[in-house]
Amino acid sequence: MTDSALRELADDPSSRKRFFKMLGGAGAVSAATVLIAACGDDKKKNTTTAGAAASTKNADADNASDLKIVNYALTLEYLEATFYQEVLDSGVIKDKKIGDLAKALADTEQQHVDALIATAKSLGGTPATKPKTKFQDTIAKGATTILMTAATVENLGAAAYLGQAGNIKSKDILAAALSIHSVEARHAAALNMLVGRGFGDGKGGLEGSLPDGAFGKPMDMAAVLKAVAPFIAS
Amino acid sequence: MASSPQAAGELAAIKVHGLTRESFLLRSTLAAGTAYGALSATPYITRALAQSGVTDIDIANYALTLEYLESKFYEMGVKTVKGLSADDTKLAKKIRDDEVAHVDALISLIKSAGGKPAARPTFDFGGAFASPAAFLKTANVLEDTGVSAYNGAGTLIKSVDVLGAAGSIVQIEARHAALIRLTRNKPPAPLAFDKASQMATVLKAVKPFIKA
Repeated sequence: MTDSALRELADDPSSRKRFFKMLGGAGAVSAATVLIAACGDDKKKNTTTAGAAASTKNADADNASDLKIVNYALTLEYLEATFYQEVLDSGVIKDKKIGDLAKALADTEQQHVDALIATAKSLGGTPATKPKTKFQDTIAKGATTILMTAATVENLGAAAYLGQAGNIKSKDILAAALSIHSVEARHAAALNMLVGRGFGDGKGGLEGSLPDGAFGKPMDMAAVLKAVAPFIAS
Repeated sequence: MASSPQAAGELAAIKVHGLTRESFLLRSTLAAGTAYGALSATPYITRALAQSGVTDIDIANYALTLEYLESKFYEMGVKTVKGLSADDTKLAKKIRDDEVAHVDALISLIKSAGGKPAARPTFDFGGAFASPAAFLKTANVLEDTGVSAYNGAGTLIKSVDVLGAAGSIVQIEARHAALIRLTRNKPPAPLAFDKASQMATVLKAVKPFIKA
């Protein structure tokens, strides 16, 4: 009984259904569709007092605001995906376990990139371009530095998504951001442990991005962009 | 308190069209609760339905119930499980402290919003403390469930402050999940996009642990 209920939970793909439905993917029907339709109703309800022109204007502003956040997230995901891909291409990692981890991380971050590109397009916007990165010095220093840098970047990623959650207007984009946020947090925790940053010891020196207690800490856009600036070439 | 079979029939007859998303979710939760006897008449669910919409306080009480479950699980686990390694004991104690802090934070949040915190249920964890492996396996399930529960509830939250609090808690649940998974030699992040589960699904999954 317990196991079957839990297995059902493990199979519950509602977030991904919602997300890919939003991106125009096939296969999302039934409950997910109902939920999305109901979402739309709620939005309309919230703006009924405004005139039609005003609510179009609000919708445009919301759209532009969400697009900015999506492109910010896309830039961070590009950084992560590029970093892991360059690590793999460099051949610096000899340890099979770490190599497998780098492959899994590269694959996941690339999926985030692809999803965010599609999201930016679904908002009618132009996806941010891939930044020119400067990871070669880091990679040349070897596995330990690579893992430390990966941990730093993943902690920043988690803090960055948390910092934007309250700014996102679209419920579907919020759902997507939440489902990526907790994955970045999982990566961060695993990498922290690998590099010996004790869980919750607060000694990361990562400007608040490494939790030293029971609550994750958000970072705003300016702080995150400053922290990743050393990795961006142009 | 418990829902009658007639109530289940009524719930089944309700058309989804025209309902708000919140009340649709709630009715689904109630219907599932009736069918499986799971938490069918928990006060926050019935109160929320009376208001025909899930309030932020209802969501905070839902989260509080899950945090009660997790905190009790680790409190009992670190005392009961025989043969847990030193590292795993350290991790379990750290997680216990985090879950207790989440309980306290949610109680304060609910009170400051003028709500009444849900009572702590009585739990029965079955054979989860029989061995380190059983303990860590159940911990794995509870943490992954916690992540999917917060991610699923996140889009229903109206207040930016409550969303911020839920976000900062779910980030820690995700970190716990990753670390517990590592102790079990499981991938810390098995999916590129974490799941978002509805209340009904989560309540059904945790029901076997709740005695009253």
